Amino acid sequence: MADTAVHEAHDAGHGAHVTSTGLSNNKLAMWLFLGSECLLFGGLISTYMLYRGRVANGPHPNQIYDIPFTSVSSFVLLMSSLTMVLAVSAAQRRNDQQTNLWLLVTALLGSTFVGGQVYEFTAFYREGLGFTTSLFSSSFYTLTGFHGVHVTVGVIMLLVTRSIIQKKRVTGDKAESVEIVGLYWHFVDVVWIIIFTLVYLIPA
Amino acid sequence: MSTATEHGLTDGGYIKVAIILAIITALEVSTYYVDFGPFFMPSLMIMMVAKFIIVVSYFMHLKFDSKLFSFMFYAGLVLALGCYFAALATFQFFS
Repeated sequence: MADTAVHEAHDAGHGAHVTSTGLSNNKLAMWLFLGSECLLFGGLISTYMLYRGRVANGPHPNQIYDIPFTSVSSFVLLMSSLTMVLAVSAAQRRNDQQTNLWLLVTALLGSTFVGGQVYEFTAFYREGLGFTTSLFSSSFYTLTGFHGVHVTVGVIMLLVTRSIIQKKRVTGDKAESVEIVGLYWHFVDVVWIIIFTLVYLIPA
Repeated sequence: MSTATEHGLTDGGYIKVAIILAIITALEVSTYYVDFGPFFMPSLMIMMVAKFIIVVSYFMHLKFDSKLFSFMFYAGLVLALGCYFAALATFQFFS
């Protein structure tokens, strides 16, 4: 009884709500959303795998992919996962200064990745790979474009979260808010781990 | 010195995990330059799955969190894998 009261007081201190599962509904919803995202990216990756050899008169994947450049981009995104988890760790220690710093670094690394993708798309377009050039190009741009949009949304989420923390306007558990944004960010990284191997490293 | 806490790893532990991920990524990229022969595809697949599991388990805290979160995520993943493996097989992708 006393334990329950202590737990409730502890939760109230964090701004959390008591739920029937004992787990955060927000976090549960994010995991459910990420599970559904697996189906979205699964469909896009499968479509690419089916069509990657259908180049028509356009350039072949192996002719245009710049593996060293994409490897650096992948490394940047991977390191952004580290900075994100450091932001979550700082938020759990209630260190706002470090949380803000790591959120900003993560957003900058994410922006670097998106910038790299824009550069890559521009280079491919100049080499004759338009969106409608072939089934390969359509499926490639759709898959990597969707991923790029997810990274961009993630960067916006990071910056908004940072701004809310700075203005001290977090209404619930601050650490949980950062963690939920972090889950989305890590998922985007996980999807790129698969795309990097299946799309870039395995020749068509 | 322990690298695990109530909420996951310590900052040092996360950095160690990131170094492991960076090493695996370097090995992945090396397959583009070095001929791995028949081990090319299996090694890439193993490294990809290893990176996936490491990020999901440690950075996303699934290893330390409630099993219900794991169920939510892996249910979607398994459903996607089953669905799209079947779709690819229908289009004779594996033959």
